[in-house]
Amino acid sequence: MSNRAINLLVPIVSVILGLVVGAIIMLISGFDPLAGYLALWNGIFGDLYTIGETIRQITPYILAGLAVAFAFRSGLFNIGVEGQLIVGWFAAAYVGMAVELPKVIHLPLAILAAAVAGGLWGFIPGLLKAKFHVHEVIVTIMMNYIALHTTNALIKTVSDGGDSTEPVFASASLRSEFFENLTDFSRLHYGIFVALAMVLVMWFILDKTTLGFELKAVGFNQNASQYAGMNVNKNIILAMVISGAFAGLGGAMEALGTFEYVSSKGGFTGIGFDGIAVALLGMNTPLGVIFGATLFGSLKYGALNMPNAAGIPIEIVEIVIAVIIFFVASGYVIRWLLQRAAIKKEAK
Amino acid sequence: MSFLEVLYFIVPSAIFYAAPLIFVAIGGVFSERSGVVNIGLEGLMVIGAFIGILFNLFFADMFGGATPWLALVAAMVAALLLSLLHAVASISFRADQVVSGVAINLLAIALALYLVQKIFGKGQTDFITERFGRYNVPFLQDIPLIGPMFFKSVYNTSILAIVVAILAWFVIYKTPFGLRLRSVGEHPMAADTMGINVSKMRYVAVMISGALAGIGGAIYAQTISGDFGHATINGQGFMALAAMIFGKWHPLGAMGAAIFFGFAQSLSIAGPSIPYVQEIPSVFLLILPYVLTILALAGFIGRANAPKASGKPYIKGER
Repeated sequence: MSNRAINLLVPIVSVILGLVVGAIIMLISGFDPLAGYLALWNGIFGDLYTIGETIRQITPYILAGLAVAFAFRSGLFNIGVEGQLIVGWFAAAYVGMAVELPKVIHLPLAILAAAVAGGLWGFIPGLLKAKFHVHEVIVTIMMNYIALHTTNALIKTVSDGGDSTEPVFASASLRSEFFENLTDFSRLHYGIFVALAMVLVMWFILDKTTLGFELKAVGFNQNASQYAGMNVNKNIILAMVISGAFAGLGGAMEALGTFEYVSSKGGFTGIGFDGIAVALLGMNTPLGVIFGATLFGSLKYGALNMPNAAGIPIEIVEIVIAVIIFFVASGYVIRWLLQRAAIKKEAK
Repeated sequence: MSFLEVLYFIVPSAIFYAAPLIFVAIGGVFSERSGVVNIGLEGLMVIGAFIGILFNLFFADMFGGATPWLALVAAMVAALLLSLLHAVASISFRADQVVSGVAINLLAIALALYLVQKIFGKGQTDFITERFGRYNVPFLQDIPLIGPMFFKSVYNTSILAIVVAILAWFVIYKTPFGLRLRSVGEHPMAADTMGINVSKMRYVAVMISGALAGIGGAIYAQTISGDFGHATINGQGFMALAAMIFGKWHPLGAMGAAIFFGFAQSLSIAGPSIPYVQEIPSVFLLILPYVLTILALAGFIGRANAPKASGKPYIKGER
């Protein structure tokens, strides 16, 4: 079996194993796995409304996945997507509600604000990594909590002590009447185009520009890149800023599309952490991220149907997602098993 | 409130909040010293809290006052088993240790909430009836000034936490086992050539970290929250991770950092009733531990260096 085929098989085998483990857990805890997965299926594809909502859920997942994947390609592990997404969410919502401008200016401005906020949140760990060689994983984890508490405090300030801001003006909204009519009034919004455009942007940066070449080179070998005359520090910072900007845009999707406001949070949204799963499953490629986001976004939204239709707690899907990450991360073993199986076959 | 009254109020509560952090941070020290990054501390704590509460609710009638202690043991075993998953992935399967840790976190909270839904039919458990008691340390409580601050109506678990931290320091720095543990985390190949079984040491270290994180979670649940729901642990494990780093991967340093973070937490909760502190917006106290950790890492508060081989799987024969 070729290397390429095995690389493609690892995520597929992981997803199947994840679903099998989920089925076993349902079976042990006294539920019918078939009914459970049927409910999940209907929760995703049941009717036009659920399809619309599923695509809506996929939108921020694409951006979160891009953020993680982009950093990965430069050799950085951005666990801070969650925090960058939260500050992006707040920034977009704030610009959306604070001023009223013509739509052609207002909407791009609000989206841009989210990207800038997310980029700034990524800049700090990038700078610390470049200048002080501080491991970005720890810094980004800490930045997540700082983002959570800071935005909560800011929301309180701008809403005069309330728990959520005013809704954004229509001129900053991504809401789409066209999609509403098409999908039986789901919350599907134009953000999906933004997300897909960013997939193209990531592909373009990585594969078609000098910057992308340098970023990937730094990801492969910092010393070699340095020796070749690349500015490693600059590339590390840039990678984190771009990654953070993708994540911030993910927040803008929630701020301007799905919810059209921001409310204070008791905990994380989880989108950022699931972005790690999306990127891993998509093998850190732009196209792969679309597949990963589609899978996890669908699972996540479809799960909402499981308690009603089959009486199964929605957390089962989180378990499945965690198990999939676990197996993708342990790809070494799956690869080894697949290779052994292939050799055996040849021997026969 | 006079200054002294404030101290009498705030110091015990700081130690109270610090106890679970100390356990989990010490667990982190064991794991990272052996070269395995354990982002999964949060998840291990979640499982500890969940099993602790579950055990307490089911067996309170049978064991009475001893229930919380037995619940600690149950939580320890459960978290130890879950940590094995992290060990297998990151040591034997050569998985990225951070990714595996993230998976542990997601898995733990999902599994716990799934079971809560299954058993209780709602989002959180009932409240426990048997909690850890407070007691006064004989003699020491009569010391003026310090007595009421540290030794009056103190939780047994807080004392246990400090004892465990000192014990961990002894094990890591004064025993052959500790020397091996540290060598495996600094230079596994050198350790291997000296006949130390790298994989075994790392497995043991991760299991210790799981056990301690489970205890920490169960203490948190049985002293501070009293029930288990999706927001019970909410970042305590990551705060413990921060304490471990702020304490520079040293058991006693981690304990000190945990107490300090406990202090920041209790201030952010009790702040509004304390003069001067009430002037500070609570958000600054909430983000203080995280900001300090970043500053410590950046070298502004003394250099913090991770064990050298931390985060890398050891592959025999690889240079």
